[in-house]
Amino acid sequence: MTIREIVRLLNATVCIGENRLDEEVEHAFASDLMSDVLTLKDTPMLITGLCNVQTIRTCDMATLDIIVVVRNKKVTEDMLELAEDNDMVILSCAYSMFKVCGLLYQAGIKPLF
Amino acid sequence: MHQEYTVIEGDFVNAGKASSSVKKTLKQLNVDPTIVKRVVVALYEAEVNAIAHAYGGKVLVDIESDKIKMVVADKGPGIPDIALAMQEGYSTARPEVRDMGFGAGMGLPNMQKNVDKLNVTSEVGVGTTVEMEVNF
Ligand SMILES: Nc1ncnc2c1ncn2[C@@H]1O[C@H](COP(=O)(O)OP(=O)(O)OP(=O)(O)O)[C@@H](O)[C@H]1O
Ligand SMILES: [Mg+2]
Repeated sequence: MTIREIVRLLNATVCIGENRLDEEVEHAFASDLMSDVLTLKDTPMLITGLCNVQTIRTCDMATLDIIVVVRNKKVTEDMLELAEDNDMVILSCAYSMFKVCGLLYQAGIKPLF
Repeated sequence: MHQEYTVIEGDFVNAGKASSSVKKTLKQLNVDPTIVKRVVVALYEAEVNAIAHAYGGKVLVDIESDKIKMVVADKGPGIPDIALAMQEGYSTARPEVRDMGFGAGMGLPNMQKNVDKLNVTSEVGVGTTVEMEVNF
């Protein structure tokens, strides 16, 4: 499904990345553990409750560039700056990690493992 | 091409500056993206360790025509048992480090998986040096 459809499904806000909303997303990975994100060989969309500069930096290193932040955690200016430099998409939504994963799984987004 | 960076103890906001800059350089040099990812993930893990577990240090990078050599040398408490530290799941990370999403004891094993050569040397009370090489 497209990022635009994901935004609608999750009732999310687009913090950055308006220009990429028509891109397709196939796989997602959910974690608050950046150590784990760094072990991924693939580049899924990341669903996370960890919302700080390290989240963005880790995604940059792991070449993940679509991030869904759950529970309305505040996406700060320095996060947006770093995300902009790397042409990333950040979506923010109020739902819990569990609900976000459930909705996306039901909509056909695939897990990595 | 030789590059040097300084990392500062506890400075998580800047953790990854060196890896990020290496990423840009390798991209410009048209290195295969899967190799770039292996390089920067390993370097980032080492950088975060120098910030999280030691008192900061230096990152030295040498890019040659067929490989990249990276050295992350810190001043810090050192690692008393390197074999133990290399085991997945072993971590002495402080709560602040865990709050940043790190401290699962996965970093050193992940470096091992991503690089072609890894050499960790350490002296307790002095510091730790992580040397890595990835072939292009
Ligand atoms: N530069 C260092 N100086 C001192 N101790 C270190 C250093 N690097 C690693 N260690 C020790 O080795 C342990 C394992 O390191 P490793 O990178 O595998 O895991 P971690 O940093 O604890 O967690 P993660 O990397 O998953 O975020 C650390 O918890 C620490 O005790
Ligand atoms: Mg580590």
